[in-house]
Order: sequence, then structure tokens, then C-alpha cells
Amino acid sequence: MEPLRVRDLVLQSRLIVGSGKYPDPDTMVRAWEASGTRCITVALRRVDLHHERDDKNLLDLIDRGRYTILPNTAGCYTVEDALRTARLARELGLGEAVKLEVIADEETLLPHVAATLEATRTLAAEDFSVFAYTNDDPVAARALEEAGAAAVMPLGAPIGSGLGILNPTNIRLIVARAKVPIIVDAGVGTASDVSVAMELGCDAVLLNTGIARAKDPVRMARAMRLACEAGRLAWLSGRIPRREHASPTSPVEGRFTS
Amino acid sequence: MRIVLNGEAREVTEGTTVGALLRDTVRDRSRIAVERNREIVPRAAYDEVVVAEGDEVEVVTLVGGG
Repeated sequence: MEPLRVRDLVLQSRLIVGSGKYPDPDTMVRAWEASGTRCITVALRRVDLHHERDDKNLLDLIDRGRYTILPNTAGCYTVEDALRTARLARELGLGEAVKLEVIADEETLLPHVAATLEATRTLAAEDFSVFAYTNDDPVAARALEEAGAAAVMPLGAPIGSGLGILNPTNIRLIVARAKVPIIVDAGVGTASDVSVAMELGCDAVLLNTGIARAKDPVRMARAMRLACEAGRLAWLSGRIPRREHASPTSPVEGRFTS
Repeated sequence: MRIVLNGEAREVTEGTTVGALLRDTVRDRSRIAVERNREIVPRAAYDEVVVAEGDEVEVVTLVGGG
């Protein structure tokens, strides 16, 4: 299957997987392997300066030869915080790509689109490859693309909700109008949600909770991998149209029955 | 001299560098990034940049997230 390309980034898997909320590090690493992902999102937080850390730093767990690390600006509620986070991530040597999130409020965790637009403009001008997390509004998606986003990431449903693709009509519209990759991010609950996103023509799906909080994360990661491939193949195959009425599959002529 | 380091007030002596702040608690400087008063301090400059009274210093690293 053709790789996912976002500017200079080439990824052999169309699943991007997060690194949060797993029951333990070993399960997380095995889930990544089972998912087939080649890109892992991470967050930036303060170092705990009171404890000489003996447990592994996340970087110890990520095979840089296999996975691209995509830092996020999760937990940022202002443009300034998102800019600071993106710049710190670049300072850590993670490259130009950043998943930009500017969140409106803690309760809904929905993206603040106006702030995301502003941050996208600034970061794009600083040569970041901005993966802009947004809602499922086609107008917002286009505005982010015009503001310089390298990829636009409409949510399927609120973060961690597992509600799937709540507005497939809008996602379809976003895909049809976009010149940059469209990656559904947030709300994926189970494998069929990934298939649905890919069947709508999305270029990739980003998920975290759907795998990390499944009862069997490694098995679910494998399911997500298969779902992503199935959805992508279905999209490329040109599905039949939806019809109001039935149409027989066996011939009408030559019947010997009454 | 008082600074704020990762959100906590700290007393440090005059002339303390960013590098000195890290020495006791950060083993691997390649895994962290530093901001001083909301501006990035490049790694190469840690042992040269001297903190001043009231500075707000943030030392961050990667953690799990979606």
C-alpha cells in the first residue's frame, strides 16, 4: 500500500498511535508493534526534579529506527503555550512536525479553532510542519490549510469518548475539498471507527485511548491495523452507491419458477 | 537569590548557571529542553547562561500522550 506522505515525512502505516494511558510500558510497546504504526505521538511536560529518575524515560521505549515521534501540544489552552511547546519539542531534536492542539476548555477538550488558526500561521511561518487538530467543520479545515497546515486533523468525536465518527458527512466534505492530508484524530472507540474514517477517504487515523484503554490493548491494536487496511482498500476499490431500492443479484431471465 | 524552577521557588547563589541547576537532577541533557522566561535556552549555552533574580525556568521532557 502506498505510504502516507505529509511534506517530507513518509510513513508506511496509516495509523498514528499515542503513548498515553497504557496500563504499563511493556503493553504499550507491544501494542505499537501490533498496530503496525510507524508514528507515535508524545506530550511535553515538566521533568520531576525531585526524583533522580530510575524508571525509563519515554525515549528509552521508542525505537527511533522504527518510529517517528510526533510531539503534541496537548494541555495547551492558549496560542502562546502551544507555540512554546512546539518550539521546545523542536529543541529536543524531534524535527519539524508537530501535532498542534489548542484546547478550548477542560470539560469538552474540544479544539479552539480560532486559536489553532493563529498558532498554525505562526508555526508555519517558522517552518514547522503543522498537523492541526480541529473539529469537523469543513470551513475550519480549509482555513487551517490556507493558514499553512501540513495536515488537517478533524476529530471524529471528543478525545477519549470512543464515540467514533459522529459526522461522516462533514468528514467526507473535508476530504473532498482538501489539498493536504486529512487525518481523523480523536474519538476512535473500536476497529470499525477506523474503517469508517478510511472509507470516507481520510489519509490516516490517529488514536490513543481506543487502544490504550481497551481490555486487551495489544489485540485491539491488531484489530485497528486490520481495520485501517480494510477501510483503505475499500476506499480505493470504488464502492457501490447506496440505493433506495433493492436490485437483484441473480438473473431475472430464464426463471423456471412461477 | 530567588528563582522559580518548574513552578517552585528556589534559592540559588549568584552566578548559578542553567547547567548547574540541572546538574543534580538531570542525568541526560539530551532528553530535556529548557526555557528561561519563556525563551528557549539552547543546549550548548546551558553552562554559560547565568540565572537572574526572579527568573522562571522550565525544564521539560517527553511523556506519554495522544
